[in-house]
Amino acid sequence: MARLVVDPVNRIEGHLRIEAQMDGGKISDAWSAGTMFRGIELILQGRDPREAWIWAQRICGVCTMVHALASVRAVEDALQIEVPENARLVRNLIAGSQMVQDHVIHFYHLHALDWVDVTSALKADPAKTSSLAQSISDYEKSSTSYFRGIQARVKGVVDSGQLSLFASGYWGHPAYQLPPEVNLLAVAHYLEALAWQKDFIRLHAALGGKNPHPQTFLVGGMTTSLDPNEPFAVINPDTITFLRDLVKQARKFVEQVYIPDVVAIAPLYKDWFGRGEGLGNFLSYGDYSLGDPKDPNTFLFPRGVVLGRDLTKVLPVDAAQVTESVHHSWYEYSGGEADKHPSKGETNPKYSGPKPPYDQLDVTGKYSWLKTPRYNGKPMEVGPLARMVVGYASGQPEIKAAVNGLLKALNAPPAVLFSTLGRIAARALETQIMTPHLEAWVDQLDANMAHGKVSIFNPVRWDPATWPKSAAGYGWHEAPRGSLGHWVEIEGKSIKNYQAVVPTTWNAGPRDASGQRGAYEASLLNTPVADPARPLEILRTIHSFDPCLACAVHVLDAQGREYTVPTRANMGVSNALDLTL
Amino acid sequence: MLHPKSDVNAALRSQGYTRRQLIKFCSAALGTLALPERYLAQTVKAVGKAKKPVLVWLQFQDCTGCSESILRSSHPDVADVVLDLLSWEYHEVIMAGAGGYANALLDRIVKDEKGKYLVVVEGAIPTAEGGIHCMINGHTALEIAERVCRNAAATIAVGACAFDGGIVRAKPNPTGALGVQEAVPGLKVINMSGCPHNPVNTAAVLVHYLTFNDLPALDQYNRPLFAYGRIIHDQCERRAHYDAGRFVTEWGDEGHRKGWCLYKMGCKGPAATFNCPVVQWNDHTSWPIRAGHGCIGCASPRFWDTMSPFYDRLPSVPGFGVETTAGEIGVGLVGLTVAGVTAHGLIGMIKPAPKAPAPPVAAAPEERREV
Repeated sequence: MARLVVDPVNRIEGHLRIEAQMDGGKISDAWSAGTMFRGIELILQGRDPREAWIWAQRICGVCTMVHALASVRAVEDALQIEVPENARLVRNLIAGSQMVQDHVIHFYHLHALDWVDVTSALKADPAKTSSLAQSISDYEKSSTSYFRGIQARVKGVVDSGQLSLFASGYWGHPAYQLPPEVNLLAVAHYLEALAWQKDFIRLHAALGGKNPHPQTFLVGGMTTSLDPNEPFAVINPDTITFLRDLVKQARKFVEQVYIPDVVAIAPLYKDWFGRGEGLGNFLSYGDYSLGDPKDPNTFLFPRGVVLGRDLTKVLPVDAAQVTESVHHSWYEYSGGEADKHPSKGETNPKYSGPKPPYDQLDVTGKYSWLKTPRYNGKPMEVGPLARMVVGYASGQPEIKAAVNGLLKALNAPPAVLFSTLGRIAARALETQIMTPHLEAWVDQLDANMAHGKVSIFNPVRWDPATWPKSAAGYGWHEAPRGSLGHWVEIEGKSIKNYQAVVPTTWNAGPRDASGQRGAYEASLLNTPVADPARPLEILRTIHSFDPCLACAVHVLDAQGREYTVPTRANMGVSNALDLTL
Repeated sequence: MLHPKSDVNAALRSQGYTRRQLIKFCSAALGTLALPERYLAQTVKAVGKAKKPVLVWLQFQDCTGCSESILRSSHPDVADVVLDLLSWEYHEVIMAGAGGYANALLDRIVKDEKGKYLVVVEGAIPTAEGGIHCMINGHTALEIAERVCRNAAATIAVGACAFDGGIVRAKPNPTGALGVQEAVPGLKVINMSGCPHNPVNTAAVLVHYLTFNDLPALDQYNRPLFAYGRIIHDQCERRAHYDAGRFVTEWGDEGHRKGWCLYKMGCKGPAATFNCPVVQWNDHTSWPIRAGHGCIGCASPRFWDTMSPFYDRLPSVPGFGVETTAGEIGVGLVGLTVAGVTAHGLIGMIKPAPKAPAPPVAAAPEERREV
């Protein structure tokens, strides 16, 4: 029987394909496939570990910098380097602002159009939208004339017959349930968020030189020199003023626009508090120390594992329990298909799927470029929901208060968190939790500078002559999409092995040898699909994870096998770049 | 002022523009292109026309960083670009529709807008093993690029990967990745290299295309000269320190805090061309050298292999010889092109390609009044 295929899955990073078996209007089984592969870890082999972060960062340009951070942490772990407090604060600011910006973009630009019918906004009464907006928030852009202007702009686009980004939408789909006035509010904030995100991320330009792909990380610290008396120091009192203003604006946007919108829209879709449940197993490596960086107990987002939706128990995380399987992935392992720990990981790409063009994948065999990570043999969900679940179960006060506040507002038990809407709510909550800490980190940086604490780099291991003959380490980070780990093995002065196990691989990977589904596949089960030609319901749940496929596909090849490097001759290309390497 | 009942104004209003907004962004785009103000009326008129060209943005072996980069566009504002300047219809990371609807839309554009739409490509195109390292809807990237780019008016390759394969093509190039102009030979293509591309330059190219119905003048790598014609070292705000022999010698040292030259820390500015120091990033906020890290030459051909190791000083980087000075490297790198450009001056460098319409001196009186 033919399966329902969604390919491309839009409004995500990368190339994801979903195949779903339908039975009586509901999904009875689902398969998640990554269809693009680059091989960045393989390309990393033999290179200088001090610059690994520059390469690894290019794994992803959406959650840009998260791989840079995991990479420098891995190399610093291997070479036993401690970074100065200022460097840690700058890293927190870059990573924390990434999380805030990424989550806002996800809600408005990657996810909202699954819930908001843009064309319906044309039918709204701007005066009513204005009263609604003023009833839920103090945000100043809330007048009738403001919403009338937004409506006119949308009307201009619709009337022109050229719908631009909205040309391929499922407008009028019965699953869109918002009143026109709420749709107009959301469309207005779609545009506001588009303007705000590029303004706010100037924080990355100030501390990273640019965004995407900030360029100021170092193994041992950061290049962002501090000096209260130097006009050309990267961080001086002017910079502090600039940063303070940006994080203040961010807090305002999150508290006055993002959070009120989530709280206003979610109850209008309350069916979705009972759909998209997924695995019920959650993993968080934890991150953002508020004290001793080496002590996970000081993390803003705690480290831990919650199994079977049991909020009474948080298990410790053991790095040795992380493995990857290639049973359903287009790779082969030497010596059988037993799962491997990333420090001993290997990946030999070996495509065995159908020859393109194809209509369906053979899901009984290998069907994805993603591998299948497991923790102690179990599939895990990672990401904002996992962080909030682990934090709530751990009793972290800020998380507990935020979650309880939300549940009270919704008049609902914690069980509603295990759902499609639960992921959206968790993302909003952690954004709200993060923003005051951005302000605090700027203040700390300012105080350090005022007290003459300007160290930003630890030079002790910069010279490779100081390195041991061989070293290995790993670096973890709680990226916007979840738990990220890089494992590195250094021999001599260069990288011998490099392996990344990333959030979307955890969530989107194919099933394992024993047939256990990953989080995406599990979350789609029993989801009703009203119109298979417009599978809006599939998008709602898959988008709730905020997929990032470029991150999820990677390769390590310990065997040093040879690959064909295309040349003008063997490509038969006549206008190749005139370059000899 | 233009007469309020003119077509241009009507078109502008229908797109929700204010006249002021439009002039502001056209003026900013002209600034990037280094075109004289006398082109403004022509640009405003072209950009304000009612029927917008359709734009298709394809993503292949990418990290989506170049999509994110265009979302950071400030002048023109990103919402203006994607909603008003063009009909930005197919772009997987941000468009409304998925699956069958998205594929049908792309088919319709290729058929109905044949020869008229613009296509942007982000990411490399894998060619090993029949292209199975990047597939969308069961079709290979190579097959999609052939079909969509061949039928477009022009192809804009954004970022290092679409330019020449970028990081995906770095040794040992496991997937046989190539840039667009090599994977699909014979296209009319403009390359916006960089990791990522700078949205200021790409938006300027779009405005140039809308104004003159053609691409700006290109260098030997099909990159626009206005953005890639000058050496970073020559435009660098730390250049005076280089000339005076003031160098950073350790991260975080006094020189680093004072903003001295990063040459000894591996900066590739003397070997790289780009207008990064001038247009900068994120609404002109900063750029990597100002933020204290050396340039990695991200806009240069095959930079991942030719510019690394990134922390080695230039003469030690393979391909630059041993005793070369920074100045000599720069001359050798861009050689005759830049020499020629300098000889003819900046305006000559960015002059529109020959097919451009007559210069504004011959424009209609009404338009001239507008300037």
